[in-house]
Amino acid sequence: MIKFSDKQLKIPNLMKPVYLATVGMSKFGRAFPETRTEELCIQALTDAADFVNMTPAELKQYIHTCYYGHFADHFGDQLLGEAVIHDRLGLDPLGNIGVKTGGATGGSAMWEAVKAVASGYSDCALALGWERMDEVPTDEGNHLISAAADKDWETPLGHIYTGYYAVMAQRYWKVFGKEEDSFRRTMAEVSVKNHGYARMNPHAQAPMKITVDDVIKSPIVADPLRVLDCCLMSVGSACGIVCDEKTAYEITDNPLRIYIAAGSHTLRVADRRDMTIPLLPNETPNQYDNLGKEFPGADRYPGFTGFLAARMAAYYAYRMAGVNDPTEDLDVVELHDAFTISDIQTYEDIGIRPYGQGRDYIESGDAYVINPNNNKPGALPSNPSGGLIGCMHAVGATGLMQIAEIGYHIWNRWDDIHEPQAKWDAFGREKPSDWTSLQVNGAKRGLAISHAGVGSHVTCTILMDPNKILKED
Amino acid sequence: MPKTEEEKGFVDVVNGRYKPKGKFHISEANQPIFNKDTGKLAGVTNPRDMTYIHSYGGEAVFFESLGKGKLMATRCDNDNCETKGSIYQPFRIFCPDCLRRATVIDMTEIAQKTAKIHSFIVTHRSGAFNSLPKPIKFINIEFEGVVTILMSVLAVGDPAIGKRIVPIFNTKAPTYTITDLRFVPEGTLESELPEGFTF
Repeated sequence: MIKFSDKQLKIPNLMKPVYLATVGMSKFGRAFPETRTEELCIQALTDAADFVNMTPAELKQYIHTCYYGHFADHFGDQLLGEAVIHDRLGLDPLGNIGVKTGGATGGSAMWEAVKAVASGYSDCALALGWERMDEVPTDEGNHLISAAADKDWETPLGHIYTGYYAVMAQRYWKVFGKEEDSFRRTMAEVSVKNHGYARMNPHAQAPMKITVDDVIKSPIVADPLRVLDCCLMSVGSACGIVCDEKTAYEITDNPLRIYIAAGSHTLRVADRRDMTIPLLPNETPNQYDNLGKEFPGADRYPGFTGFLAARMAAYYAYRMAGVNDPTEDLDVVELHDAFTISDIQTYEDIGIRPYGQGRDYIESGDAYVINPNNNKPGALPSNPSGGLIGCMHAVGATGLMQIAEIGYHIWNRWDDIHEPQAKWDAFGREKPSDWTSLQVNGAKRGLAISHAGVGSHVTCTILMDPNKILKED
Repeated sequence: MPKTEEEKGFVDVVNGRYKPKGKFHISEANQPIFNKDTGKLAGVTNPRDMTYIHSYGGEAVFFESLGKGKLMATRCDNDNCETKGSIYQPFRIFCPDCLRRATVIDMTEIAQKTAKIHSFIVTHRSGAFNSLPKPIKFINIEFEGVVTILMSVLAVGDPAIGKRIVPIFNTKAPTYTITDLRFVPEGTLESELPEGFTF
């Protein structure tokens, strides 16, 4: 569609408030040659039980339905992997279903779980995701990932997904980045920030203390993207449990309100047609009338420079949750930094900055836990987990890891998860001597973006302290 | 190692059904995976040699035409569709708005006269089963009067946004895949084209 009816633009409505009661994560890594997937999933669910001082058996007593995020079952040569995990978690005979929306799979699994509770079908639902991409040689893995593009029109072109994606990065680089060295360095800053934050996270796969020059000199993947501009390929699991109000307060004294919405756009970027920009609450009509003059080549929307699916997920979610301006109304975000440049694109799609000005979110220091320009708290810290670049991208689990991480900040328990020496030891990872808390102090509201491939599916999840909601029910 | 002719699988359609002939998989025993540090068993390999059988359906005319040097597209001609007249490349069997079957048109001349690069990327990496020479120069192509931006590859020279290009076709030994279509800069000589390709 390039025009929307009023019915299609209806703001989604949850029939009752939904709460996030607990979350959990496994260790994340590039490969687990001596660990079965179910061991990682049980690790995540046990972690969620630990978080609310329950045994797994006690927590399971509340669960009524299960939504499993697992994208690439062709990697494991195992269909109905969801049934395997469901059995190993000891949750038969509860109803369960698998969700597959590429990189947005974790967010989409949560989208389904929230609707199950909101509708009254379930009082408590589990969203649990996982992925493992370590069980084929890398070139066959590249082929299997490229099968998420169009089989006839794209996959035969090199069997390499990065190629289908990077044409968008190139266009953004030329049009909005104007091929400036300063923009290239800003892209690199995203990687430096996220790899650096990963150093404080025992779950994270790629902690690194690096510089902008390290990123710019790392091996080239597809110009202007280099290895350190790109997300990780990971194995691991994460989960979240959502409930109605009564059940949530039975599990914990401090559940969080959860809102979530989804958008989509063409699987092939080739199919994108020109359309009017759907406006977010903090944007004004005619705001973008001169975008094509200011940035020659930006006269097509979404063209190759925006993600319509992200824009629509935010369009729905902000109005659901009463968010007017994300920088003003939110305290912390976890974004889908598949690539440094797509992270910058997303700042614009979700209204942190207007289209064309995404780089300012990094350059201003707003995106940091501590703003490097003034050593004061950043206005809206982004990806303190390390994100997909520094922490993990275990596809089916990624969106759920992001939601968990936002939850830890609002619960004011980020340190409980990331600081204990015992966890660093259990994961076989060395805790840095300069370990620093990344808890966003006073965080009451946050957002997570879960995003598929070239933008075919995106979910926008918003978490809030129930005493700090922005819109009356 | 490439399969011999005897080892290849072929398929025809006879009386409305697929009729496979030849070999479609070669069985290979699994192998154990040991941890070299501990000497303990970690798992096993699961070798697979699979051939998928795939229908092009209503897009078959597009892929067959490439081997004849023609670039086919579709156009919505439904008087009641608000986007009537839109030309789609990639070829769409049905209009995405009214869901009526679109009209197949030959847009070879439009491509020859108006194609230019919208975006591009050069990569030295590929996945398993890649048949294109590296580096692969991915391009997305704008055509006048076409509402979409086709993805293909540049076979000669270096890509740049706005560069005028023209289509070339694998007419001498078509594979009947999208790789039978590639593009070259306007002014490229026939002698510079990849083997098997013609304008």
